[in-house]
Amino acid sequence: MSPGRGLEPTPSQTIGPFFHDALLERDPTGLVPPEHPGAVRISGVIYDGAGDPVPDAMVEVWQADAAGRYGSEGFSGFGRSGTDEHGRFSFTTVKPGPVPGPDGTPQAPHVNVSVFARGLLRQVTTRLYFPDEEEANAADPVLTSVEDAGLRETLISHDEGGGSYGFDVRLQGDGQTAFFEFGE
Amino acid sequence: MTQQTVGEAAGHPPYLYPDYESTRLRAPKEPLIILPKALSDIRGPAYGRGTVGGLDYDLTRQHGGEPLGERIIVTGRVLDGDGRPVRGGLVEVWQANAAGRYTHHKDAHPAPLDPNFSGAGRCLTDDEGRYRFVTVKPGAYPWKNHDNAWRPAHIHFSLFGPAFRSRLISQMYFPGDPLFEHDPIFQSVRDPEARKRMISHFDLETTEPEWALGYRFDIVLEGREATPLERPHA
Ligand SMILES: [Fe+2]
Repeated sequence: MSPGRGLEPTPSQTIGPFFHDALLERDPTGLVPPEHPGAVRISGVIYDGAGDPVPDAMVEVWQADAAGRYGSEGFSGFGRSGTDEHGRFSFTTVKPGPVPGPDGTPQAPHVNVSVFARGLLRQVTTRLYFPDEEEANAADPVLTSVEDAGLRETLISHDEGGGSYGFDVRLQGDGQTAFFEFGE
Repeated sequence: MTQQTVGEAAGHPPYLYPDYESTRLRAPKEPLIILPKALSDIRGPAYGRGTVGGLDYDLTRQHGGEPLGERIIVTGRVLDGDGRPVRGGLVEVWQANAAGRYTHHKDAHPAPLDPNFSGAGRCLTDDEGRYRFVTVKPGAYPWKNHDNAWRPAHIHFSLFGPAFRSRLISQMYFPGDPLFEHDPIFQSVRDPEARKRMISHFDLETTEPEWALGYRFDIVLEGREATPLERPHA
């Protein structure tokens, strides 16, 4: 295979049901320790099209630090969580700062969220935004590109108090979460 | 039915593939929202660099004795969409043992567990994007998707690349498997040429005399390293 432009990608396949020992052995759900100043909790439930929780999913998050920088020293910004028997995932992290976007337009604070599961032939990718960022959210280039208001609403997490944000993901059906893909 | 996604055009499977029954309630049905092109090479996580042990690549040396089965070497290169090597990328694998059984507590296949095989490994790619695992050839196993359903032998692969969009989980298959045509997960990739990109090649050069058969499996990830010009700074 010689280097050149436009190699065709290896196709995605489902993660299947048996990934836990290989991918979740190290419990990477804490992006910061719980006692970290400004630590917040992000958690939610993954639901299928029948409204049932998905107990065998894996959720990955990827985010900037509190200053809006990706991959900064001392903060990987990456986390992984399985879902439990109730379909629930959970992370301890910090709220990201605003990130520079295209043409210098700032993006509102957000966390990239990907879900892998048996029955998903490819991961689904969404974004978690914060309810207390109304002004920044209203100017965010990705949020504003979601024309359907109901779909846009699925991207805003809920303030559950005490530094906890709730973010359920509905894979299919009523209230389906908005999922993204990258254009060519 | 639903419109083709950008991913499908590149050879990825659709979300909904009814022959694979679990997709029926889990596939999203709203059209995907295309992210602005300027965001499409957003950098991805550099995960796992500090967490790979020296022997994690060798699935035959994780216990007191050697696992049963056909010893194999699986190696190849991880490349980005421009054909450049992905350097220092984390590669994670998991698989059934030679009898087709996972160590996972939910695997109910009545085939023997192997006390010398856990079936999970990881490594980092080198400067040429190369990875290498030593393992045993996994067995085919039955599943409950339909009557008399069997998965072709496969190794699950998880990969990170330069961009957020590079993230890939796939499965590597073995050449000439008679189960291909009966497997809806393999067949969910609709383009026959794209299906070939999931099949490893037997390789005599990788094969080590008196020791192990060698298989080559190159992996191409989407996305590319953003150049400084393309990445705006605050
Ligand atoms: Fe499998």
